[in-house]
Amino acid sequence: MAATVQVMKRPVRKSSYIRATLSGMALTFRHLVQSAGDRSEKTIQYPDEKKQLSPRWRGTHVMETHDDGRPKCVACGLCPTICPANCIKLVPGEDDQGNRYPIVYEIDEFRCIFCGMCQEVCPVEAIHVGNHYEAGEYTRDNFVYDLDRLMKQTHPSTLLWDPADPAGE
Amino acid sequence: MQAVQTISNLHQPSDTAFLVWSMIKVIAAFSVVMVVVAMLTLMERKVSAWMQDRLGPNRVGPGGLGQPLADGIKNILKEETNPAEANRVFFTLAPMLSIIPALVTFAVIPFAAPLPTRWGVIPMIVADLPVGILFLLAFSSLGVYGIVLAGWASSNKYALLGGLRAGAQMISYEIALGLSLMSLFFVVGNVGLPEIVYKQQQMNLWFALPFSVSFFFFWISCFAETNRLPFDLPEAESELVTGYHTEYSAMKFSMFFIAEYAHVLTVSALMATLFLGGWDIPGYGGDDMLGFGADGRWIGAQPAIWKTVVSFGFFAAKTFFFILIFMLVRWTVPRFRYDQVMDLGWKIMLPAALVAVVVTGATVLALDSAGEPFVRVGPEGGLGAITLYGGLVLTAVNGVMLFAVMWLMDRGRVLSGTGSMDEKRIHAQHLARRRAEQMRQRLTTPGSAVR
Repeated sequence: MAATVQVMKRPVRKSSYIRATLSGMALTFRHLVQSAGDRSEKTIQYPDEKKQLSPRWRGTHVMETHDDGRPKCVACGLCPTICPANCIKLVPGEDDQGNRYPIVYEIDEFRCIFCGMCQEVCPVEAIHVGNHYEAGEYTRDNFVYDLDRLMKQTHPSTLLWDPADPAGE
Repeated sequence: MQAVQTISNLHQPSDTAFLVWSMIKVIAAFSVVMVVVAMLTLMERKVSAWMQDRLGPNRVGPGGLGQPLADGIKNILKEETNPAEANRVFFTLAPMLSIIPALVTFAVIPFAAPLPTRWGVIPMIVADLPVGILFLLAFSSLGVYGIVLAGWASSNKYALLGGLRAGAQMISYEIALGLSLMSLFFVVGNVGLPEIVYKQQQMNLWFALPFSVSFFFFWISCFAETNRLPFDLPEAESELVTGYHTEYSAMKFSMFFIAEYAHVLTVSALMATLFLGGWDIPGYGGDDMLGFGADGRWIGAQPAIWKTVVSFGFFAAKTFFFILIFMLVRWTVPRFRYDQVMDLGWKIMLPAALVAVVVTGATVLALDSAGEPFVRVGPEGGLGAITLYGGLVLTAVNGVMLFAVMWLMDRGRVLSGTGSMDEKRIHAQHLARRRAEQMRQRLTTPGSAVR
């Protein structure tokens, strides 16, 4: 006999064979009747219907563009500086008028911790974390998003926490 | 009370008709059982999903009805793995040994009222064996050979433990299973299932009431026999990976799966037949029929096709009820600890089933002595019918016994629940204290600590 089995001290009412079993059966039967015939609405039928994300959900990045298709980024270097995961690679360039632009702008979404600091720090509101969660890829290399990829992302960008509107309304 | 009638214008089927109809019945029963078993796998998933406020499978076909087919195709197409150390012959043999008894046992269960045809009256039972339920008990316990063999042939320690547990559990509960049916047998006087159904119809009382203790024990034993929760120790996932079918994959695994559900179906049908009147239509006396007696005359009411259909419906409903309870219990009650399984089998079910047999026998004897014969023989002799009065007396006696059994179980006096193990806890504390004392002595005694 297993004499050294560790057991919790529970009253007989809760651990008895008949009463506890019957009350458990009654509970599960109630749930069975409630959702029999697929009436339970707690399940989100994923590919058909999608989860309503919070407006502050932080997903993969979006680069905002000007109307003529250039990225808004001015290659100031603040985002790679503040990035705690060190996932942003930026090589700045300068055109004839002295406007700075990114020659290389890559974000490694595998390294990214989705803190949203790049969006907060950006002086021209160019880089954003997105309101999006379906980011599957077939290879690891595809998770390094380059500038083209970031500009092509269509999903809405995240509303970061605003001290003036703490509840997000 | 329905008197025993004999109708002579009905004739038995000829040998050819018997052969042809038997083959039709075998094929029909086999396909129905296989389809129902497939649907049971879906039903299990649906019931469990609904109980947990989920939806369950709903992608394949309307409401997920195509899921069993998809699972079947998947299992056939999957790769079979054969462990290098496994005994190849027995490893292959075990799933077959497990599935065949589970399917064969359905043969002796009558599933509807006899069907009148041009070629004679066909009993709606695949094989009306004289040994009926003894055959069923023998074969249903043969199923455990497949499990033990699977455990041993896998050459895997978890599988072996699962097989051992299956064997131990079968031995512990087979006794209570047989004993609980004993009082039923000596009251009915036969082990053929059609006659058990007929006796219930004549008494106008299903055996669930006059033999409530037997019913209760039989039900519990059936859970143990089918290796389903709360008695699924042979395949306890948390302890033994999945027990005896750890090493099995693809169709071989699927065969164990089918065997389990076939067992559930058979056992539910058996409980419906033994204790809920089988295909009896409740409250209707016109379906009280047995079949041809030894003298070749028809015993019971006039058979009709609509009676066959309706009685099959009632049989299916009763079976479905038990299957639903099987599933509800499986998804509600956690697994027993091994010592609790043994305690329940040997300390409660075996003695209580014995007492129930003695008390039932004494009640029948007392009724006979008091001039109220328990079994009243009809005006033309032959089969006697159990009187409703006798049945009601037995109901009262069994009710008292059932209450006593439940009270004992519920108090945790004989069988300790998970929380009321005071005795064991005191024992454990005592052990720990003694061990600490020994340790202290060893440390304080000069010279011994060096060792």
